[in-house]
Amino acid sequence: MMSSWKTVRTIAHRELTSYFSSPVAYVFLVIFLLLTGFFTFTAGGFFERGEASLASFFAWHPWLYLVLVPAVGMRLWSEERRSGTLELLLTMPVTTWQAILGKFIASWAFLALALALTFPVVITVNVLGSPDNGVIATGYLGSLLLAGAYLAVTCMTSAMTRNQVVAFIISVLICLFLILCGYSPVTDLLTRWASPVVVDTVAAFSVMTHFNGFQKGVIDSRDLLFFFSVIGFALFATSVILRSHRAG
Amino acid sequence: MIQIENLVKSFGPKRAVDGVTFNVERGEVLGFLGPNGAGKSTTMRMITGFIPPSEGKVAVGGYDVVESPLQVKRLIGYLPEAAPAYPDMTVHGFLAFAADMRGLTGEAKSRAIGRVVELCFLSSVLHQGIDTLSKGYKHRTCLAQALIHDPEVLVLDEPTDGLDPNQKHEVRNLIRDLGRSKAVVFSTHILEEVDAACTRAIIIDRGRIVANGTPAELRGMSALAGAVTVSGEGVKAEALASLGRVELVDGAYRVFPADKSAGGELAREVAALATREGWRLEALRTEEGQLDEVFRSITLPDTVKK
Repeated sequence: MMSSWKTVRTIAHRELTSYFSSPVAYVFLVIFLLLTGFFTFTAGGFFERGEASLASFFAWHPWLYLVLVPAVGMRLWSEERRSGTLELLLTMPVTTWQAILGKFIASWAFLALALALTFPVVITVNVLGSPDNGVIATGYLGSLLLAGAYLAVTCMTSAMTRNQVVAFIISVLICLFLILCGYSPVTDLLTRWASPVVVDTVAAFSVMTHFNGFQKGVIDSRDLLFFFSVIGFALFATSVILRSHRAG
Repeated sequence: MIQIENLVKSFGPKRAVDGVTFNVERGEVLGFLGPNGAGKSTTMRMITGFIPPSEGKVAVGGYDVVESPLQVKRLIGYLPEAAPAYPDMTVHGFLAFAADMRGLTGEAKSRAIGRVVELCFLSSVLHQGIDTLSKGYKHRTCLAQALIHDPEVLVLDEPTDGLDPNQKHEVRNLIRDLGRSKAVVFSTHILEEVDAACTRAIIIDRGRIVANGTPAELRGMSALAGAVTVSGEGVKAEALASLGRVELVDGAYRVFPADKSAGGELAREVAALATREGWRLEALRTEEGQLDEVFRSITLPDTVKK
């Protein structure tokens, strides 16, 4: 048990180091912080709202992650397959699951770091007013889970192809679907044709439905279950895809 | 150490490996020969547990590859074809990663890295990024990774591919030395490597084993083996014809014996004949047979294949 966890850590460590061995990681962090700043203060109207909350900050995360998370995760498996290191990795004493977890944890940690670097916005809102910091904490938790769900989807699409661009596009499409099926303009449109039960069922698959709870300061076990199910399912699909490639 | 029984791998309707059976014991270096696409790499990938067999069994050190893959992978050091390595890492970082993955820590880890760096002549590029290395260095970095845990079984897919002649020579010697205490399987399509490093060779063609034996045995399969080449003043084909079939090759006569097993007997008979006839011989040689001729005669060239 100890040694299998150590293997996961070794893989995660290698993956994380490889992020920072190229300037791409730093470019990503800068872009992420610039965009969150822009959306929060300019597009989100942080000051005009006149309320001490980070609603305008978190509201944009599903859309921001839509592009940025696939960019972080697209290389996870496709690059290993393209360069042939997959053969090297999987003939070392590891199980497919250890490799998947190691890589997933590393890139999730990277995204968590990016998210953590947005701390000035928390300071700002605390200086300007007295926000409910509990709501901010759950907001961050929801945001992290959302990033994890997108990342797991990207992990899956990355295992499908040796082309990073293809992996990126497919994961953006899947994540877009996960947003839109619960996005109110879309669901409102759907209610004209479909029965409310159908619309609710489809909307239940949406990250938006489950993300919004966290922004209100509510940690609902169903929302947690949803995000962890998406992550679990996508990573399971990754293992199936990796195995099927090798079976030929 | 390695037991392979009736191994089959199908990719769709194509049987890339079709009923391969062989064993490799400790102290053996098995050369795996065959034309491109014969199934060498596929067989090695099945031994190392990268792809599962469609049929048949692979056992390494008594462990079945499908049932206990981790035990098998711990025993094996593997150099995949084209020697992949993480381009964003340094040589040292990469070897440290391989050591971590093999469960080496602390003192044992740094000793292991030191040992393989010396074995594979990597000290001059130790802190260089792998993406900046020449092909030969990259190849040896991947080879070093395969040796880091001093494995009992080595599976090397074209270990000398892309190396210059000096490096080839070094790697062959390394393989031969390692083979004294380990079970080694390596694939190649360079026939001289079989003589240079192998204790045994298997020739595989279209997924099937077509020859299996020591390099000398394989050479013995050659039509040329046991023939005597003779040249000199006054040598006459008519007189030689009494000893066997005669051919004229590059100005020399080549006599093929009726019975191959006679060994050096034919050469003595030719010498005796020369003395009787008063020929002034310049050269008299018993042919050992050539591996490339054996290889060509038992494997069909690509151009013939459908």
